[in-house]
Amino acid sequence: MLTPSFLLAQFQSGLTAAMFLFIVASGLSLIFGVLRVLNFAHGSFYMLGAYMAWQVTQWLGAASVSFWIAVPVAAATVAILGGVIERLLLRHLYGREELYQLLFTYALVLILGDAARILWGTQQLAVPRPPLLAGSFDVMGIVVPHYNLFIIVLGPLVALGCWLLLSRTGTGRMIRAAAWDREMLSALGADVGRLYTLMFMAGSFLAGLGGALVTPVRSITPGMDVDIIVECFIVVVIGGLGSLWGTFLGAIIFGQVLAFGILILPGFSLFAVFVLMAFVLVVRPAGLLGRPVKR
Amino acid sequence: MALLRRVPWAVLVFVAAATVPWLGSRFYTFLATDIAILALFAASLNLLLGYTGLVSFGHAAYFGIGAYTCAILMKTHGVPFVPALLAGTVNAGACALVFGLFCVRSSRIYFSMLTLAFAQIVWAVCFKWNSVTGGEQGLNNVPYPGLDWMAVIPMLGDLRAGDRYYLVVLVLVGLAFAALKRIVDSPFGRILTAIRENAERAEFVGVDVRRYQLASFVVAGAFAGFAGALFGLFNRGVFPDFAHWSKSAEVLIMAILGGFGSFWGPAVGAGVLVLLNQQITSYTQYWPLILGSILIVLLFVFPGGIVGALQAAVRRLKERRDA
Repeated sequence: MLTPSFLLAQFQSGLTAAMFLFIVASGLSLIFGVLRVLNFAHGSFYMLGAYMAWQVTQWLGAASVSFWIAVPVAAATVAILGGVIERLLLRHLYGREELYQLLFTYALVLILGDAARILWGTQQLAVPRPPLLAGSFDVMGIVVPHYNLFIIVLGPLVALGCWLLLSRTGTGRMIRAAAWDREMLSALGADVGRLYTLMFMAGSFLAGLGGALVTPVRSITPGMDVDIIVECFIVVVIGGLGSLWGTFLGAIIFGQVLAFGILILPGFSLFAVFVLMAFVLVVRPAGLLGRPVKR
Repeated sequence: MALLRRVPWAVLVFVAAATVPWLGSRFYTFLATDIAILALFAASLNLLLGYTGLVSFGHAAYFGIGAYTCAILMKTHGVPFVPALLAGTVNAGACALVFGLFCVRSSRIYFSMLTLAFAQIVWAVCFKWNSVTGGEQGLNNVPYPGLDWMAVIPMLGDLRAGDRYYLVVLVLVGLAFAALKRIVDSPFGRILTAIRENAERAEFVGVDVRRYQLASFVVAGAFAGFAGALFGLFNRGVFPDFAHWSKSAEVLIMAILGGFGSFWGPAVGAGVLVLLNQQITSYTQYWPLILGSILIVLLFVFPGGIVGALQAAVRRLKERRDA
């Protein structure tokens, strides 16, 4: 059973899952890193991204480019929704205890979950793979779909893009400053409110992007919001909440443990991930690459 | 005002609740049982939320563990009611101890994330472990505890089984509330409050914050398990839904709706939410949407919940009188 090609197949599927997860979890981590708000509704944004992608492909019909239009449209829609929510509601809770911010985003989970049920029903929906990436490679006797390879390449590109944005641009410098000391930055004349909205939109964009991209390989169901948020939590707990590369590392570890955990505990490989998370929590409570949170 | 304060409200409510079976309607007894059990469940969460300042998004896990433990013991192994109830409570507390060890590490944000993650694992076990938990179908036809001995007590002889079970639940929930009240008023409870107010300062005066948070988590889990065990028997069956995250959301909203700043607030919230659920679910199936909207209104308009708003109103009246 442990042939090289089997191991490679597991590695490949684990890596694909990891990159999907990274794209979503990085948004959660970035929002927390700057706003210090843990967004429970991040999984709901992911779900909305998936439903929006399905909706747009329905509108556009079977055109071969419809998927490539649906993905950015879905992500942008979710980003706008995130911006509206931040501006109209979440903003008023920054001064309050973190409890209220947590509960607010939790309320969004309940509301958005039902909203999706009202708009799209409860049946499973699916989006076909884009024709451009419908084929597959044959590597060492295993089949690697083109789409998986696309995701495996896209994940690191997103990470690199976020990193460049944060470390090499003026806006990125402001974002890092806001994460460090909001009041000081605001005293220096920067528009911190706008920065927070932008950051929340960027994080929501990543959630929506992840949701839209996942549609060709996973069916869209009403429960996908909570499934993904739990996975994202595990990833950021392992990697370190608020750390971009920590999230990347956490996602890769999550994906591989899930893929190879099947060898140890068939059917319950999620438990292997929990064991790993428990281990990380004991050894490094702030995550592998995380800074301890001051509270 | 001082006179009102001296009235033993808790005892009055208890006595009033005990007359429900004689109102005659099976439905009222059903509702009252539901409220009594969920009030205890919400009060157990409040030990964490209101007293220790920890937000658990997975409290239903311990409710579910208690319910499943008790139901499996009674149905599959024929264990009598009292030992099964105790086993459910202890098992919920034990699981809270194991999960809590990880949840109370580092910050409160991690606590919230991890409670949700562990609750999902409990739910997944209930959902998948077919041979023991009945999987997706749950366990049906859990036997009622044998309550024939109650016929000996005068006036209780001609009551239906549901009414008898309600009285048992009422007494047990009453005792559990008394125990919880003792706990929050004890030095232990005071330390929890100190941790909520300022964990750093509590640490400075020599309190092992994490150990107390863990202890609070275990006690809350055990009481949730106790409530769950009672609920499983009341429901005549246990289902994976008991441990589902939406159940955790419901109990959290009960606590906030009633007001987590006071001991009785969550119980009031449980009562209101159960009655509201009865009314609303006959019009719409979108109960979570309603729950979420209630929560948002509460957060922005009534952060103190029903009891908090009442207390504020009383204070205002008093000020006007004194002025």
